[in-house]
Amino acid sequence: MQDSGPTYGLMAQFSTPQMLLEGVRAARAEGYVCVDAYSPMHIEGLAEALGFQKDHISMFALVGGIVGGVGTFGLQWYSVSLAYPLNIGGRTPFWPGLVPATFEMTVLGAALAIFFGMLFGNGLPKLFHPVFNLPEFARASHDGFFLSIQCRDPHFDAHATRRFLEGLGTMKVTDVPEAEAL
Amino acid sequence: MPSVTSNLLASAASVQPAAAPTRGEHSTPVLQGDHSLTSISDKLSDIVLYGPTGRWWGVAFWVSSALTVLFFGSIAYLFYKGVGIWGLNEPVVWAFDITNYVWWIAIAMSGTFISAALHLTRQAWGASISRFAEAMTIFALAIAGMFPIIHLGRPWFFYWLAPYPNVMSLWPQWRSPLVWDFFAILAYLLLSLMFWYLGLLPDLATLRDHARTRSQQIFYGVLALGWRGEARHWHRQGSAHLLLAGLAVPLVVSVHSVVGLDFATGNTPGWHSTIFPPFFVAGAMFSGFAMAMTIAVLLRKAFDLNDFINERHLDNLAKLILAMGLVLAYSYMMDIFMAWYSADPYEIYTAVNRMRGPYAPVYWTLILCVVIIPQTLWSSRVRRSPWVLLWVSVAINIGMWLERFMLIVTSLHRDFLPSAWGMFYPTIWDWAILIGSIGFFAWLFLLFIRFLPLISMAEMRELLLHQQGPRHAR
Repeated sequence: MQDSGPTYGLMAQFSTPQMLLEGVRAARAEGYVCVDAYSPMHIEGLAEALGFQKDHISMFALVGGIVGGVGTFGLQWYSVSLAYPLNIGGRTPFWPGLVPATFEMTVLGAALAIFFGMLFGNGLPKLFHPVFNLPEFARASHDGFFLSIQCRDPHFDAHATRRFLEGLGTMKVTDVPEAEAL
Repeated sequence: MPSVTSNLLASAASVQPAAAPTRGEHSTPVLQGDHSLTSISDKLSDIVLYGPTGRWWGVAFWVSSALTVLFFGSIAYLFYKGVGIWGLNEPVVWAFDITNYVWWIAIAMSGTFISAALHLTRQAWGASISRFAEAMTIFALAIAGMFPIIHLGRPWFFYWLAPYPNVMSLWPQWRSPLVWDFFAILAYLLLSLMFWYLGLLPDLATLRDHARTRSQQIFYGVLALGWRGEARHWHRQGSAHLLLAGLAVPLVVSVHSVVGLDFATGNTPGWHSTIFPPFFVAGAMFSGFAMAMTIAVLLRKAFDLNDFINERHLDNLAKLILAMGLVLAYSYMMDIFMAWYSADPYEIYTAVNRMRGPYAPVYWTLILCVVIIPQTLWSSRVRRSPWVLLWVSVAINIGMWLERFMLIVTSLHRDFLPSAWGMFYPTIWDWAILIGSIGFFAWLFLLFIRFLPLISMAEMRELLLHQQGPRHAR
């Protein structure tokens, strides 16, 4: 499998979340930057250990909420005061009646932005990724904890990096081919 | 998936020895049994990938399929003949249709709410019930949303509720609660779907990686969108989950408040009351919690999920039901008090007519089901017996249906002038659509438990991580 074209990187498997976390910290301390960690559940502090700072999801929420709210209020305001003013018994349109739809669409706008912002940030959908080439990677959604160091990392060296990963108490270190294994 | 959440409570639960024998509910860990990461995934994904155990699923599926056919068949006949096939008349222009609508939307209220509120308040026990509660929300909401459409005289024009460019210079009446309803249901349905799917993503990936057949692999592979459990992905997913939960809670309150306003803005005795929005929200939580309880007890039995849904979950859910029931009982009292205090003869007459008029049996049955029966939940023995809880929760939902029927029909059937008084009697089509909608809900739910994991595997793993500590979880 390793001979089939270019390599994406090296994948190390750990047996516990704690070992993965320590492995990530060690790899970062060693100076590796193109490091990814995979786990079957959210692990406190793992993303931060990878140097991940802000996920910008709340910014998406704010923008989505403003677009939804201002857009809906503006639409209603245009409708009742410019397009089709209704004067019922001398009662001209008054803003409190426009609040419920504005509120609902603010929430909806924010929710849509959060959901699609999450997908966009994560680069999903992406049905194929080189890490799926490893048969044992199926355990990453189950009970396995993985760490990958990619070839594009300036520090990457096929032998030195492998030795470094093996020194972390990993269960196994494997090459990840870049192309889809057919 | 939930980021910082559940940390406090889960660790508190694991620190306290499980041996503390007395009634302290925190003596029971959220996740019981001798579980590992492997056993959690196996147990929950096998339900989906190897098919539900036993013949009950097949029987239930066929019965609910028949009722689904009844539901859509009745709607088809309704569209053909018109709303005259129901028992509606002047003055009772709303009856089963809107009763069903309010009942279903109330059931829909609590699923996402339970999940979101327990997530925000870091209640670790919420993780086990959130997935199927959210599914309950989506299905009940989809059914609820059909009733306002089918109750229209010209249902094919329902899209006139939406503002869209048209040559008729047609705009929605922005000050009408019915228009607010349209936006509220739309927002709630889409938010609930996204909230649900966001939590499902990692579990769909587990199913993809566990799939036995090529078709399962493709089906779950496409739905999982290529989720690979990367740490940064988990981080974004956790933030998104937390933010959506934060949005869901006020949204739930607003949606059912708008349903309350549908009534409160009408100048009809028995409806025209400022208490309606909060009163409806309390009723919605109450019936939704009860439905979640019914489903929890049944699923726990059907799939032997006692490790995941244990006495502590049922006990906590029962306490929530009891608390909401007390708020609701207080609202009933206030409703009667305000009628008396208003000194309005029509309001007083409506209140008395509910208790002593032709629909008095409905009123007293609902008081029995909604106010009296839930008081049994004060007893911790009741809160720990699943079968008693099942019957209590079913009684509550029957009572809540009767409550909406009572609120709607008793206010309408005695108009201001005695010459305009009338009675509502349901026809066979009223019953067919009510029973059919319950069958359709069951049908959707049976498909859900057959094709998707009914408890979040990712959240259970995280719970295990907190209970066992990161060094030992494997």
